Amino acid sequence: MHSSISISSKRPRRVLPGFGLSLGFTLSYLGLIVLIPLTLVFFKSTGLGFTGFWKVLSSDRVQSAFRLTFGLSALAGLLNGVFGFLVAWVLVRYQFPGRKLLDAAVDLPFAMPTAVAGIALTGLYAPNGWIGSKLAPLGIKVAFAPLGILLALTFIGLPFVVRTLQPVLEDLESAQEEAAASLGANRWETFRRVIFPPLLPALVTGSTLAFARAVGEYGSVVFIAGNKPGKTEIVPLLIMTKLEQFDYAGATALASLMLAISFVLLLFLNFLQRKTSLSRRSS
Amino acid sequence: MSPVSRSTQDPLWTRLLLIGAAVFFLVLFLLVPLFSIFAEAFKKGVALYFEALTEENARSAVLLTLTVAAITVPFNALFGVAAAWVIAKFEFRGKSLLLALIDLPFAVSPVVSGLCYILVFGANGVLGPWLQAHDIRIIFALPGMVLATIFVTFPFVARELIPLMQAQGSDQEYAALSLGASGWQTFRRVTLPNIKWALFYGIILCNARAMGEFGAVSVVSGHIRGETNTLPLHVEVLYNDYNMVAAFACASMLSLLGLVTLLLKTFIEWRTGLRHRHS
Repeated sequence: MHSSISISSKRPRRVLPGFGLSLGFTLSYLGLIVLIPLTLVFFKSTGLGFTGFWKVLSSDRVQSAFRLTFGLSALAGLLNGVFGFLVAWVLVRYQFPGRKLLDAAVDLPFAMPTAVAGIALTGLYAPNGWIGSKLAPLGIKVAFAPLGILLALTFIGLPFVVRTLQPVLEDLESAQEEAAASLGANRWETFRRVIFPPLLPALVTGSTLAFARAVGEYGSVVFIAGNKPGKTEIVPLLIMTKLEQFDYAGATALASLMLAISFVLLLFLNFLQRKTSLSRRSS
Repeated sequence: MSPVSRSTQDPLWTRLLLIGAAVFFLVLFLLVPLFSIFAEAFKKGVALYFEALTEENARSAVLLTLTVAAITVPFNALFGVAAAWVIAKFEFRGKSLLLALIDLPFAVSPVVSGLCYILVFGANGVLGPWLQAHDIRIIFALPGMVLATIFVTFPFVARELIPLMQAQGSDQEYAALSLGASGWQTFRRVTLPNIKWALFYGIILCNARAMGEFGAVSVVSGHIRGETNTLPLHVEVLYNDYNMVAAFACASMLSLLGLVTLLLKTFIEWRTGLRHRHS
């Protein structure tokens, strides 16, 4: 990859045809579909003024929706970090029957429409569902409670961690592990000091991707959440509710804050991914 | 794969414990929900299942879903090829910004992407009065749903093609051009065959999301039964009506779409010998 870049950059620039056409099409399509509509969200919310903006955000309902969304998304990102690491490790390191099938199944949350995942999880974890009916006598309420939202958010985020970690785990050289073992480190020490550190950037990237996805998630959550204002109402649903009540100013204010957070997350992810690819190239 | 030497092999009990935990987690978390969709759909028998799928509102929902995808996918595929061509083959200022902006729709909440089109085309939107004066409906109609779907599936094809075309370089294209091929011939005979699997890969992912999108389409659809309900929205309507068999029957169709997508995706990964990297 490196060499091909340096070769092509030595050639005279823009010998290949189609620069103007493809750049023009790319920029106008990106501008019309994505950039102009998104800019409008910010532009419209400035019409509220600072006090109007603050009035929307300072309401109890909005604040508890933000706390719920970000708290549970962070928890889902963390859970995905743990389970995703376990799954990626097992899929890359061990051979067992059914491994390929499970590997393919990891992408199910990407492939299944969110509404489908939503009603499937709700059906299972509702008090009369297969799993919910077993948990109800123990006093554990999943569906129509924050735990259900956490479940849905973890479900849709799982592939991110597994798919980010897998290639890095596959690239890991066994020479360092062997060296550590031959120098007398036991397996746990080797894991903690030799194997884990180079995986950390990818793990953080995957968890952040899962977090970012969870923050904006709507389809898989609305069915299982119960949607009680102040208790189980997430921000995307609150935006939806405001739109249905024709409170466009309120919806736009919330949307612009969510957008700003998405931008920050995207910047952070770009930084992380650059770091991951650097450490992968040097190893 | 080289045989793992003893010193880097985990003890048997660790292996079994970890494999057991991962398999239990994946089965409980992914496969049981998938299975439950079909179990619920066939709960009251095959006849009711097929009745739910062939009923009039369901048929129009399927048709609308297919229409939206049929418009969305070619547009985003065309964009993906153009964006990958300009990014992989040329050097220009602002390229990394362009790359980041292409990924932007993935970072935006589907509800927000629907909302931004309401701000443009809605009754109180920037173009609202003009559209009303000319009797053009975009929001709560097909064009709005297509736009929202294009938005959420925007990066799929581009992000499959860009890394591949960057890795492939341009040497083959230079060779073709120096042998007298035209630009179009070069693209069609040299570039396209090189990227066809990645293009197909991006297209099936784009298609799956286009047919399954819920949040963004929900904002702009208006939920008119038999008119602006796609299949995922139809599932929601049925579910809220407590018509569980029908809701899960329609959901099972969408799950089949997901399964076929996974199957094709796995096939392409096997066919190209490339393990795909999502990140």
